[in-house]
Amino acid sequence: MYAFEYQRAKSVADASSALAKTGGKALAGGQSLVGAMKLRLANPGTVVDLSGIPDLKGIKKNGSGDNAAIVIGALTTHAEVASSPVVRQAIPALAELAEGIGDRQVRNRGTIGGSIANNDPAADYPAAVLALGATVQTNKRKIAADDFFKGMYETALAADEIITSVSFPIPKKAAYVKFPQPASRFALVGVLVADTRGGIRVAVTGAAAHVHRATAIENALAKSFTADAAKAVKISSDHLNSDLHGSAEYRAHLVSVLASRAVAAAR
Amino acid sequence: MGANDLSSVGQSVRRKEDKRFLTGAGQFTDDVNAHNQTWAYFLRSPHAHAKIRGIDTTKAKSAPGVVAVFTGGDLTGVNGLPCGWLITGTDGQPMKEPPHPVLAQGKVRYVGDGVALVIAETLAQAKDAAEQIEVDYEVLAPVVDPVAALKSGAPLIHDGAPGNKCYTWALGDKAAVDAAFAKAAHVTKLDIVNNRLIPNAIEPRAAVASFNRADDSYTLYVTSQNPHVERLLMTAFVLGLPETKVRVIAPDVGGGFGSKIYLYPEETALVWASKQVNRPIKWTADRSEAFLSDAHGRDHVTHAELALDKDGKFLGMRVQTTAAMGAYLSTFASCIPTILYATLLAGQYTTPVIHCEVTAVFTNTAPVDAYRGAGRPEATYVVERLVHAAAVEMGIAQDEIRRRNFIRSFPYQTPVALTYDTGGYDACLDEAMKLADVKGFPSRKSESAKRGKLRGIGYASYIEACGIAPSNIGGALGARAGLYEVGQVRVNPTGGVTVFTGSHSHGQGHETTFAQVVASRLGIPIDNVEVVHGDTGRIPFGMGTYGSRSLAVGGTAIVKALDKIVAKGKKIAAHLLEAAEADVEFKDGKFTVAGTDRSKAFGEVALAAYVPHNYPLYKLEPGLDETAFYDPTNFTFPAGTHICEVEIDPDTGDVQILNFSACDDFGNIINPMIVEGQVHGGLAQGIGQALLEACVYDKESGQLLTGSLMDYALPRAHHVPSFKVATKVTPCTHNPLGAKGCGEAGAIGAPAALMNAVHDALAGAGVTYLDMPATPQRVWTAIQTAKH
Repeated sequence: MYAFEYQRAKSVADASSALAKTGGKALAGGQSLVGAMKLRLANPGTVVDLSGIPDLKGIKKNGSGDNAAIVIGALTTHAEVASSPVVRQAIPALAELAEGIGDRQVRNRGTIGGSIANNDPAADYPAAVLALGATVQTNKRKIAADDFFKGMYETALAADEIITSVSFPIPKKAAYVKFPQPASRFALVGVLVADTRGGIRVAVTGAAAHVHRATAIENALAKSFTADAAKAVKISSDHLNSDLHGSAEYRAHLVSVLASRAVAAAR
Repeated sequence: MGANDLSSVGQSVRRKEDKRFLTGAGQFTDDVNAHNQTWAYFLRSPHAHAKIRGIDTTKAKSAPGVVAVFTGGDLTGVNGLPCGWLITGTDGQPMKEPPHPVLAQGKVRYVGDGVALVIAETLAQAKDAAEQIEVDYEVLAPVVDPVAALKSGAPLIHDGAPGNKCYTWALGDKAAVDAAFAKAAHVTKLDIVNNRLIPNAIEPRAAVASFNRADDSYTLYVTSQNPHVERLLMTAFVLGLPETKVRVIAPDVGGGFGSKIYLYPEETALVWASKQVNRPIKWTADRSEAFLSDAHGRDHVTHAELALDKDGKFLGMRVQTTAAMGAYLSTFASCIPTILYATLLAGQYTTPVIHCEVTAVFTNTAPVDAYRGAGRPEATYVVERLVHAAAVEMGIAQDEIRRRNFIRSFPYQTPVALTYDTGGYDACLDEAMKLADVKGFPSRKSESAKRGKLRGIGYASYIEACGIAPSNIGGALGARAGLYEVGQVRVNPTGGVTVFTGSHSHGQGHETTFAQVVASRLGIPIDNVEVVHGDTGRIPFGMGTYGSRSLAVGGTAIVKALDKIVAKGKKIAAHLLEAAEADVEFKDGKFTVAGTDRSKAFGEVALAAYVPHNYPLYKLEPGLDETAFYDPTNFTFPAGTHICEVEIDPDTGDVQILNFSACDDFGNIINPMIVEGQVHGGLAQGIGQALLEACVYDKESGQLLTGSLMDYALPRAHHVPSFKVATKVTPCTHNPLGAKGCGEAGAIGAPAALMNAVHDALAGAGVTYLDMPATPQRVWTAIQTAKH
């Protein structure tokens, strides 16, 4: 680890101005950033710790009927989401996804805001944000999921922009199925299928440079929301990742298989 | 534990060492901190193959906190690291032994090769300074694949090893094998890759070296499986120091699996540098360094053929193997694919003629050496994959083809140099089949099929050779060291016993097993026995722990020393009891005059030996402290059958192990719980090799692509089923314990059993061949390829 300056922010505004001033990095749960720093792969100069900021944690249900949504504070840990009765009741797929992230240590430290701001191509949360049509609330604005994930580790966030919460509209049903990369246990491919108020949405993580929607499967499922319909869709391997653990063809195949399993599991 | 376990041999006595391990009181090398200590960081090559045109350490030397920076050019008078086994090739020439410098001399040959040693007040300062070192590399094309390295035009790694060849060596009667194949009714042929593995002991390598200018002596704490060998190689061959001036201590060591047998450059550099800077130096590898620089295992490419008659009886076997050595010869690299591999190709079978040719080759990778099983898993994999395939091709059941060929008469001379003293192969096969409920397999398979899953069952009937010996035969085959072990039994005046063993425990539980042996033999409570290991300053000598030898060889050395203790004790007791020595018996902790009730307890005799007021001083020395060196007359031959049952999801290629049954014959067992633990651990590592683990270097750049646990998949709890294990006993005939060794068996049998099960499962999908590891992608791809 390189030497760095540590600043503990007292408020979101405080954190934002520290980031703007120093060009440093925001620290949420630290499950990606600290590891990269320890390996000397990241040298942020200044780390602005968000953990002392009040009101960034917590889970609540807002609205009702078609407008009902689960709002999760950015610093809420994966373990808190996984064990939340509110999430379990409203969007079981989201609780189960959180329960499957990393290991126990990661789930107790890692946060939803940190995960989606990092936008790791194989992270789980981005699939939920995208497939459930969530809205990302920052200190500056609201960003629709479809506009948020821009590229590998790239998001719509400005350098001094901080996620404060994520709002998930409650779907009719949904499920997330992940096929883990054998070593890292990140998603080699993960698919979240959701039947939302705005239609069928299918998001894929792990397969490409960043999370994306599988529109071919969405179209097939809009006609027939069945496992067979999803499985029958042949996904193109163009632009999919190819590495030691999975060729683009294998990943393309897994997208259809996992989507079909998610349809079968959706509730 | 107390006096009620006087006959604790055969009991699952809880491990004495676990109290300190489970309460965090273990003392590992990284727990050692010397006064005024400095920290070392090794700058390693980022290139797989490059000339070093120059190294500029000026900036690094003046960086904050830096004590010294050394490069290869500074190590004047320091030799390269030696190889401990000389293989003589089929051409009659000794193997090529290119220099293995402690720090790179003019060239780097793998990613991770040590280029500079930076010593600073803190580790962070050493790392910062290392980034200031400017190395001018002329990058050369690398070759990482052993077969490619032998092709003409391949990059030359060592000037002294033309064609990158270390040796070509052969064993067996080639003409007889050719004749056997000529009359065969059936020949099974396989091309097999035995995947390269990275050991990953939970404790990474570490060292703390100190120099004492008062007497010009050195102390090295190091993560070693054999501190005396480490000291011998380092002092006599590399640093030119007297052994009397170097004390090597291997304290608690957190797993080795072979990777901590060897003399490595890092600790050697630290010992040398500790005098230069006149301060203690500490180094602990991080996991990334361990991946790059620990000796790896396996990495064979093999073509193998089995000739059978019309009844499935084996007539002959021919095997050609290319074995990667990596960039340099590690300490025992050369004997793994030869002495510990080709000799095991008879397996449990009466195959009358076998010929094996092995070509060892240098590659631009980390060195390869022994890893749990060392040659024997590779041999078992060749034999048992061949047997499985032959049975399938000839329509013979898997158990039946094995039974038709089992050796049943002992001693048995194999055509590949070994003499099996004893065994009982049918009993293990029968028991394993019972454990595995083979009879119920067809219905389980159809139940899986109903769910769209492919179920398969696979067998491996393995043999291993442990306790490599005797020394004179080893020497004739090229060993440059002895193969004996040393045990010292010190009976203290009040009857407590300290045992000094040349074996080293790094997870095996010697402190318990050896104490059980001693307590039982002396008739004393196990708590009165203390086992000391891992310190050249306290133990007379030792060859350490490798090749499942500790009980069979190290334990026997202790027994031999105990025999001397008892013999001397009888003399003392005879004097005390005013009886003839020949009339004194020793049993249950008492010296008794035969046929009488006159006796002296063991403790009374011990006290008399140290307080010799009533003692035959005119003919007997006081004291009760005996040492024995034990050189076995033969290897031991553990064997058994493992049966694995898997279910494959054809949609994803995912392989689940549903059942794993193992019946092993380890000879007599001292502590069944520890043995079962060894089997479980070995099986998990074997499953790792077959299902998950593969060290991959990029063919173009020579970069290690599986350089962390993010890409190198180790087995986890959910990968391993609840094992069903059993043992059968045919005692070893040539050591007094009747023990054979159990440390490696799991890793030897499991890969073949698992892969045979995978092949059985995939047969229905038309897949005929798959290499390890059977990863989801590889299984799925094989199914797709078979479809088209």
